[in-house]
Amino acid sequence: MSKRLFVKGNEAAAMGAVEAGCRYYFGYPITPQSDIPEYLSREFPKLSGEFIQAESEVASINMLLGASACGVRAMTSSSSPGISLKQEGISYMAGAELPGVIINISRSGPGLGGIDASQADYFQSVKGGGHGGYHIPVLAPNSVQEMYDLTMHAFDLADLYRTPVMLLGDSVVGQMKEALVPNPRPVRDLPEKGWAVRGKGGAEQRVVKSLFLGDGELEAHNWRLHAKYQQMKEKECLSEEHDTADAALLVTAFGSLSRIAHTAVTMAREAGLKVGLFRPITLFPFPERALAEAAGRAGKVLVLELNTGQMVEDVRLSVGAGVQVSFYGRPPGAGSLPSPEELFEVIKKHYVQAPN
Amino acid sequence: MQQVFKRPQSLKDVQTHFCPGCNHGTIHRLVADALDLFGVQQTTIGVASVGCSVFLYGYFDVDVVEAPHGRAPAVATGVKRARPDRFVFTYQGDGDLAAIGTSEIIHAANRGEDITVIFVNNTTYGMTGGQMAPTTLVGQKTSTSPYGRNKAKDGSPIRMAELLAQLGGVAFSARVAVDSPKHLMDAKKQIREAFRFQVEGKGFSFVEVLSSCPTNWGVTPLEGNARVGAEMIPYFPLGIFKNQGNP
Repeated sequence: MSKRLFVKGNEAAAMGAVEAGCRYYFGYPITPQSDIPEYLSREFPKLSGEFIQAESEVASINMLLGASACGVRAMTSSSSPGISLKQEGISYMAGAELPGVIINISRSGPGLGGIDASQADYFQSVKGGGHGGYHIPVLAPNSVQEMYDLTMHAFDLADLYRTPVMLLGDSVVGQMKEALVPNPRPVRDLPEKGWAVRGKGGAEQRVVKSLFLGDGELEAHNWRLHAKYQQMKEKECLSEEHDTADAALLVTAFGSLSRIAHTAVTMAREAGLKVGLFRPITLFPFPERALAEAAGRAGKVLVLELNTGQMVEDVRLSVGAGVQVSFYGRPPGAGSLPSPEELFEVIKKHYVQAPN
Repeated sequence: MQQVFKRPQSLKDVQTHFCPGCNHGTIHRLVADALDLFGVQQTTIGVASVGCSVFLYGYFDVDVVEAPHGRAPAVATGVKRARPDRFVFTYQGDGDLAAIGTSEIIHAANRGEDITVIFVNNTTYGMTGGQMAPTTLVGQKTSTSPYGRNKAKDGSPIRMAELLAQLGGVAFSARVAVDSPKHLMDAKKQIREAFRFQVEGKGFSFVEVLSSCPTNWGVTPLEGNARVGAEMIPYFPLGIFKNQGNP
């Protein structure tokens, strides 16, 4: 059995990247994710890896594009304003079908905003943050252990689907310390990278590109990408449920807020309220089916978010008209997060209002 | 019968999309010649940029990665770090390299990335229809400087070869032209020199090639070449601005 470590979430993600076989990091400093480049700038030289502190987020995502085009496992990390700058490159990588991992230890906005934990980048992450109508898998860890495990998973998804993958955290999961069991990388059957540039070596020319000007070429390309997203929806949805079997109210939250929501749900159960928790782990693909089932049983869903309402839209689309969906959330302010007591009060209010 | 002139092996046997009198085809040939000379065609990864040069992979028979506008030096950095044993070059126009990609070229050069950059300066954005470029000469009329480039408002054209020569990571920086047979022969030589730096692992090498764009300049091919000599070279002097090797 692996040893137990006591580390920060950001370090756990960096360790997960190393365990996943990533040896190329390109990034730019920004709070609250700088532990990731700091860790990797220390570790990669020992592993014959390459670490570049780039001149900008724009440059770092394009270095990732170049390294990834060669078929190696590579990554970048940043926080919200920096992720905005990376969107150009993410769109190009999605278009050219290049794998790569992007960690967003997000902060509050818009603009320079603040460094408080926030879930305001949900839309940007799951709806295709750059131009051109693409999606990338988005994973939302809620613990230090998941920062490690899901980073490894992100690299596998990236190679499996030839796509950039985002790990969406915030300063809570990034900065908190918890126990971590650094399990070895799971063995997965992944496709050969027969598309990677390598220097022809007498074989066929390989080109990594996202420009398709031939008649009908781009439409066909987009339908193929669409089919890939459908396949992700079929196969890659991840979610977690607590006490949902007999719940009359289904609380839904993701990421760090789901930890607080979990405590509030436990308080509700102790108070005799039949409340359950549904936590999407993949935000894209959104676990529509599992949520619809749990929500259908409960008849009523309360969505909690650290913003003014974003995931709630996907929840409404998932559960259908027969299920009542309500929302409670707020943008973070002055470093404050909702307490379990605050969320428990919200749960009680919505529970009492239930028609049954 | 002895064949004394043939298509370089690194160049595909296809027609280009370039306009009549455009120098891209000539410059492609010089670059392909150099790839052949060093025998690196099979180990080359080219990085295409955005503009008329985007179809690099259509003309060069080498592996190619297409970069977003201006980002070719960053993409090439990622490529070279992942495959340090490969020959990596970018081929970029003036809007791409000297405007939107200024940050990427300066920092790739400053890091001394072991890559070669071919920079084609024709004082205009060719692909988008002849707009003002960072290299447009003062007074030059373009579709977005209809009264001529105004130094007071638009600034002066950027001399990239000289600018990059100031950076510690740059091993070789030169400016050449292809407007006359004499200049063309020298261009061939300097492109080879730039490639030699990378082949010998001596660091970042850069060649700015002054080029004609008859279509967007609204002139004939011959008038285009004449303008390179009469107007461009006086402002963008030819020469080697840095040579840290001992070839």
